[in-house]
Amino acid sequence: MTSTSPVYVVNESASGESTVAAGPDSSNHSKRVEIEFRGVSKAFAQKGQKDAPAVVKDLTFSIRKGEVVSLIGPSGCGKSTLLNMGSGLYSATTGTVMVAGQEVKGPVKRVAFMLQKDLLMPWRTIQKNVEVGMEIARVPKAERQAVAQEMLHKCHLAGFEKHYPFQLSGGMRQRAALARTLAMKPDVLFLDEPFSALDAQTKMVLQQDLANTLYNEQKTALFITHDLAEAVALSDRILVMSSRPGTIIEEITVDLPHRNNPLERRKLAGTGPLIGRLMELLHVGDEDAMH
Amino acid sequence: MNYRTIAGSIAILLVFLASWEWGPAAMGMPEYVLPSLSNVWHEFFIMWQHSELLKHTLITAAEVLLGFGIGAFLGLAIGVALGLSPTAEAMLSPYILALQIAPKVAFAPLFVMWLGYTIYPKILVAVLIVFFPVMINVLSAVRAVDPDMVNLIRIMNASRWQIFRLVEFPSAMPALFSGLRIASTLAVIGVTVGELVGGNLGLGYLLVDSEGQGNTAGVFVAIVGLTVIGIVAYAAVVFAEKRVLHYMPKANLATA
Repeated sequence: MTSTSPVYVVNESASGESTVAAGPDSSNHSKRVEIEFRGVSKAFAQKGQKDAPAVVKDLTFSIRKGEVVSLIGPSGCGKSTLLNMGSGLYSATTGTVMVAGQEVKGPVKRVAFMLQKDLLMPWRTIQKNVEVGMEIARVPKAERQAVAQEMLHKCHLAGFEKHYPFQLSGGMRQRAALARTLAMKPDVLFLDEPFSALDAQTKMVLQQDLANTLYNEQKTALFITHDLAEAVALSDRILVMSSRPGTIIEEITVDLPHRNNPLERRKLAGTGPLIGRLMELLHVGDEDAMH
Repeated sequence: MNYRTIAGSIAILLVFLASWEWGPAAMGMPEYVLPSLSNVWHEFFIMWQHSELLKHTLITAAEVLLGFGIGAFLGLAIGVALGLSPTAEAMLSPYILALQIAPKVAFAPLFVMWLGYTIYPKILVAVLIVFFPVMINVLSAVRAVDPDMVNLIRIMNASRWQIFRLVEFPSAMPALFSGLRIASTLAVIGVTVGELVGGNLGLGYLLVDSEGQGNTAGVFVAIVGLTVIGIVAYAAVVFAEKRVLHYMPKANLATA
C-alpha cells in the first residue's frame, strides 16, 4: 500500500457483495471487509417494556482490512453501544454485525478493545498486565513474556516491566494499555476514546505511536473520539453519527497523506477545512448544541 | 510517623503508666478497687507461677486463631458466592440481616450448653462474630467490581472461572482485609465471652476466677493479656495486608 487511496464503496452490503479480493487469507493487499454492520439497531428493553427506544438504528457501513475509521457524534449518540456490539459484548436487536469474516455472537478472536480508562489491574505488574490476554488464551509462559517485553519495548515502556500501575503516570499507563491491546495480536481494534484523558502533548505522542503501528501492521481499527482533529489526523474515513437514536448521517473520506504520521498530517493545509466541515456537521457552536 | 509523634506517643504512655502507679494512692483509692501498676505487675508473676497464666493465654490465643481462621474462611467463601449470585443474596438477605443484628455473643451460653466446657463453644462464638464483617465486605466488593474490567477480559475470551480468578477475586482483596482487621478484634471478644460463660480454660476463665476471689489485680492481668492477644492478631492482619496489598499506593493503606 503506497499512500492512501481512499476510494471505498460505502454501504456496500446493499449489493450483497462484501468480499472484493480473493479468499479471506490472501496477502496484505487484500481488501476484504473486516468489520461490517448491516442494518443494525439496538434498544435496551427494560423489564416488561415492549417498544424500547432505539439507542442506535439503521447502522450500515463496512470497514476494510487495514482501514482506520473514526466515529464521531454528539454525546450519548450510541457510539460506545456500536463498539460494544462490534466486540461482542451486546448483541444487536436487529441486523447483523460481522467482524473478521464471522457473525458476532460473542467475543470474537483477534479483536481487541481499548477504552479511555486504562483498566490495568492494580495488583499485576505492567508486564503481567500486558500478558493477561495471552494468559487467558493459555499461551506458554516463555512466549507470553517474550511478546509482552516486545510490546512494552515498542510502546516505550522498556524498564518498567516490574512496576505496578500506581507507579506510572497517566500517559505511561495508557501506553501499557496499548501494549496490552497489541499483545493480543489483534486484526481488529476497537478504540473508545483511548486518549481523551491525557494531556494534549502526551496525546499527540501516543497518537503518533498508534498510527504508526496500525499502518505498519495493516490493522483495522474503529476509533471513537470526541476530538475532531484527532479523527482527521488518524483516519482514512470518518463516520458522523446523529444524536440519539444514533445513525450515520455522513461519511467523510480523509483524502490526505501521512496516515502513519498524524503529527505531519495535522500541519497540512487540508486538515483545517476538514475539521471545519465536521464542526458544521456536529453543529459545534450552535446555540442548542451548546446546552 | 516522624520522631515527634513517636516521642509524643511514648510520653503519653509514660504519663498513663505513672498515673496508674501513683494516681490511685494519691486519690485514696483502695487497692481492691484500683490496684496500682506495680501490684498488677506483681500479680502477673504470681499468676505466671501458680495459675498457669501462660497455658491459659496460649489456649485463648489458639481459640482466637482458630475462630478467626474458620470464620474468615467461611465469610470469604460465602461472601464470594453471594456476591456472584444476586438471586441467592436477594433470597437470603433478610436472614443475613437478622443474624447480623442478633448479638452474636448472646449465643455463647447456648454453645456452652451444646458443646460443654471445652474450647469448642468459644471457637464457635468467634467464628460467628468474625463471619459477618468479612462476608459483608467481600460480598459488596465482588459486587462493585469495575464492569469495564470484566468486559475487557470477556473480550479476551475469558471463561467464567477466569473472570473470577483474574478480576473479581483480586478486586475484593482490599475489602477482604478491611473486614479481617475488624474481625481480628471481634474474634477476641467472641472468645472472651465464651470463656466467661463457662469452663476452666483461657484468660476469660482466669478473669472470672480472679473476680470470684476479689483479686482485682488478677482481673487486670487477664484484661491486659486479652488485649495483647488482640493487638497481636490485629498486627498480624496488618502485616499480611501490607504483604498482599503491596501494589496499593501507601496512602490508601490505613496505618496500624
